[in-house]
Amino acid sequence: MTDVNSRVRAVGVGAVVLVMVLFVQLNYLQVFDATSLDNNPHNTRDIIAEFVQPRGAIVSADGVTLAQSVPSKDQYKYQRVYPEGALFGQITGYFSLTYGTDGLEDEYNSVLTDTNNSLTVPGNVSQLKKFFTAQPSPDNLQLTVLSSLQGLAAKELAGRAGAVVALVPKTGAILAMYSNPSYDPSPLASHNQAAEQQAWNALNSNPGKPLLAAAYRQRFFPGSTFKVITAAAVFDHKPALATKYYPVTAGFVLPDTADQVLHNFAGETCGGEMLELFTVSCDTGFAQLGLGVGAAGMEDEAQAFGWDQAPPLDLPGVAQSSFPPVSSFHDNLAALAKSAIGQESVQATPLTLAMDVGGVANGGVIMTPHLLDRVTGSQGQSVESYQPKPWLTATSPATASKLTTLMLSVVNSPNGTGVAARIPGIQVAGKTGTAQTGLGYIETWFVSFAPVADPRIAVAVLVEDQPPADDYVGGTIAAPIAKAIIQSYLQPGTGLKP
Amino acid sequence: MRALTGWRGQAGTEVASWQLPARRRSELGMIILVFVLTSGFYALSNLGQAAALPAGIIPFLVLVFVLMLVAHLSLRWLAPQADPVLLPLAALLNGMGYVFIADLNHGEASAQAVWTGVGVFAFIITLAVCPRGINLERYRYSLALVGVVLLLLPLAPHIGEDVNGARLWVHLGPLSFQPEEFAKLALGIFFASVLAERAELLATGTRRFGRWLVLEPKYLAPLLAAWGVSLLVLLAENDLGSSFLFFALFVGLLWVATGRAAYLVVGAVLFIGGAVFALDVIHHAQTRVQAWLDPWAHFATSGYQIIEGWFALGAGGMWGLGPGQGNPGIIPEASTDFIFAAIGEEIGLVGVSALLIAYLLMVGSGLRVAIRSQRSFTKLLATGFSLLIAVQVFVVVGGITRLIPITGITLPFVSYGGSSLVSNYILLAILLRISNDNATEQALAAERAAGANSPAFAQDNDGAAALPETGVMSL
Repeated sequence: MTDVNSRVRAVGVGAVVLVMVLFVQLNYLQVFDATSLDNNPHNTRDIIAEFVQPRGAIVSADGVTLAQSVPSKDQYKYQRVYPEGALFGQITGYFSLTYGTDGLEDEYNSVLTDTNNSLTVPGNVSQLKKFFTAQPSPDNLQLTVLSSLQGLAAKELAGRAGAVVALVPKTGAILAMYSNPSYDPSPLASHNQAAEQQAWNALNSNPGKPLLAAAYRQRFFPGSTFKVITAAAVFDHKPALATKYYPVTAGFVLPDTADQVLHNFAGETCGGEMLELFTVSCDTGFAQLGLGVGAAGMEDEAQAFGWDQAPPLDLPGVAQSSFPPVSSFHDNLAALAKSAIGQESVQATPLTLAMDVGGVANGGVIMTPHLLDRVTGSQGQSVESYQPKPWLTATSPATASKLTTLMLSVVNSPNGTGVAARIPGIQVAGKTGTAQTGLGYIETWFVSFAPVADPRIAVAVLVEDQPPADDYVGGTIAAPIAKAIIQSYLQPGTGLKP
Repeated sequence: MRALTGWRGQAGTEVASWQLPARRRSELGMIILVFVLTSGFYALSNLGQAAALPAGIIPFLVLVFVLMLVAHLSLRWLAPQADPVLLPLAALLNGMGYVFIADLNHGEASAQAVWTGVGVFAFIITLAVCPRGINLERYRYSLALVGVVLLLLPLAPHIGEDVNGARLWVHLGPLSFQPEEFAKLALGIFFASVLAERAELLATGTRRFGRWLVLEPKYLAPLLAAWGVSLLVLLAENDLGSSFLFFALFVGLLWVATGRAAYLVVGAVLFIGGAVFALDVIHHAQTRVQAWLDPWAHFATSGYQIIEGWFALGAGGMWGLGPGQGNPGIIPEASTDFIFAAIGEEIGLVGVSALLIAYLLMVGSGLRVAIRSQRSFTKLLATGFSLLIAVQVFVVVGGITRLIPITGITLPFVSYGGSSLVSNYILLAILLRISNDNATEQALAAERAAGANSPAFAQDNDGAAALPETGVMSL
């Protein structure tokens, strides 16, 4: 019996030893290796920790809910929903278990997440009480965007690839920013990983790149809309050229080339002083103006208007518009001539062009563009309001005023290219653009602001992939969209309704 | 602990008749302590999860307390001198298990509450129908048959079911259960009984072979038979965990009964050999071993569960995220096989260490019951049952922490599951029954010794019996 008992005791000692081995291993996992486990890329606990709490809503300026969290029955407790779907997908972005966040969901993640209810150990009785009783209450985002205007932009584009960006010149507040194709963030926020993955793969294989919003993440040839900046360069760097007469011609041989001829659009002939050249969008004239200003002056002016840097819009992944560096024009003045009319390697986002004409409207000062109007608390109270701030001084008020005259002429002159944007009772300033892509289709633009006396809205419209036509296509395709937007915003209740 | 039992210190050899209230009173104290602890954790867990106490928490807690009280009162009535620590430890483990199951899945929590009731009922019935532990020996062959049948029952067509690659479940009408959980009790009793009778025979069966003392081949027969059954379980049911549990139980008891270390060596060689062979055959076991050797390489498939378990443990760290504050629901099978990782996330290393210590105390108390037992059968039975708990805990926690491959067995009293809970309450009742027998027999012996007016404990060859004043915590 004694022997047996000593072996029973040995079993007990064995159990103690095994528990000690387990204890050592648990120490390794829970203390020694804990940080590296926490940081492991496979570890989804941080994301899930955000999922299991309510998230603030995103609401448009006119009170339409664009994103909100609703209680769900599954382990994540809340489901993110996007009631407006694709209309605001490229603004709200998504909140995805697998693919992270994008758009405002990403930019304002810390606001939308309830940080007041963090899991800290309470230090006193009142904190303890709050710790247990306080309902998680994240803040909400109130945007500057009007869902009515956004809806109108989508309706006016009528399914065509393109973008509409409308903003308030004085504040930089974005009023509408829509591009086609857009996407509905809802499937990406699904808690069903298969559904999530399927939606993600479909978006990534879509040739229209819906995840890269045309409005602020893609660059296009600006075409003649760039003449606004060339004209500004003339006023700021070679003012004498503004009144120089350029003979009427159908084309001219480009410098630094043997016999390469730059023709006007649709083989037309044009010439005259800058006002006339701008009004009819004369390519030959503006190419020569650009050559007259020179590479350094052109680059300087483009950068003053915010090119070659990403606009500080409150969204992730905003693309910069690009103007070629001075060195690229060395022994290649033909490229400078083409760049002055928005071709060659000049590329712009619709956002930059809207901001640039907004700067012209605002006396030469480009305001920081923003989507956030204010942060509101769970009870609707205002927590923090966005304060408008200037971003760049693009040019002088005098130049801005001269540019306004040019743009007004585009719309108001009988021979202007932008007559389609005329609105009874409102003075509209604008500039058309029609860019040949060399791929068998053209991109049509219209940039504008109104009313001229006291500008309240600036609009850039891009309609992509139009079949080539011998017409002022920027003026016939894009200008009516801008007109509809401006009219709806400035004369609500009259004319075109969203 | 001593203070609780101290009052009978002066009682000397009159201890027998006065032992009753003291042991049970300390048990009641500990049960109240356990109740306060688990109620607190339950409340904290709900507050942490929903910032609100669940509706009906008071009646629920009263019900739980009444259940534990009923178990305690049944001991007063049916086994008044049984060990006072085992029931509170089981209540603690069951209660903490419930708290974390409720955190993970409310539906399972309701079921677990019902199963706890059934378990306590089975506990009382076991105590009632088995007035002396030795009585169980009578049914050893019937129990052996029952055990083997239960073990192989999942293989029966129509009623057996594969879950996650292992064939563990049996469906009989509306009732579903894991017969393995009950087979381990029946076979434990059988092994203890056979080995108690044959121990000397099995111990002497050696032959000198040159310099070596070797086991007689014919004495290897029982070992080979047990190995055969365990291999059958492994191959036919793909159940590495149960297979190991039975074989470890048998080999462990064989060694304790005979003292022949050779059995341990041969047993280990046989089992590892069998498992390696089985690996070639069973895909299910292969993937588990792959996940064991390199879980990161199989993150998306077989390694997912263990790595999510580690993430949970790592997130918990030293102190844990707090009851109800973690997110252990990500781990597959979090309420059953991986509940230990879920607990580690919420109450940290400190909490799981306390849990391991609770198991150690339970195993230690069980082994103390074995040591105090004067009969070979009950001694081996108590050892075997303690071993079952120890091996299960090691296999489960060792699997989660990657000391050994994951096998998918339950953590006694803690994991969600009716079969496991009910069988463990029966196991507990038998341990307590043997403990009560020990005290009664010891008191009788003391009375006889006092009657003979001779030094009371000289005839006891057991150290534990020589210390009648031993407090509850001594081993």
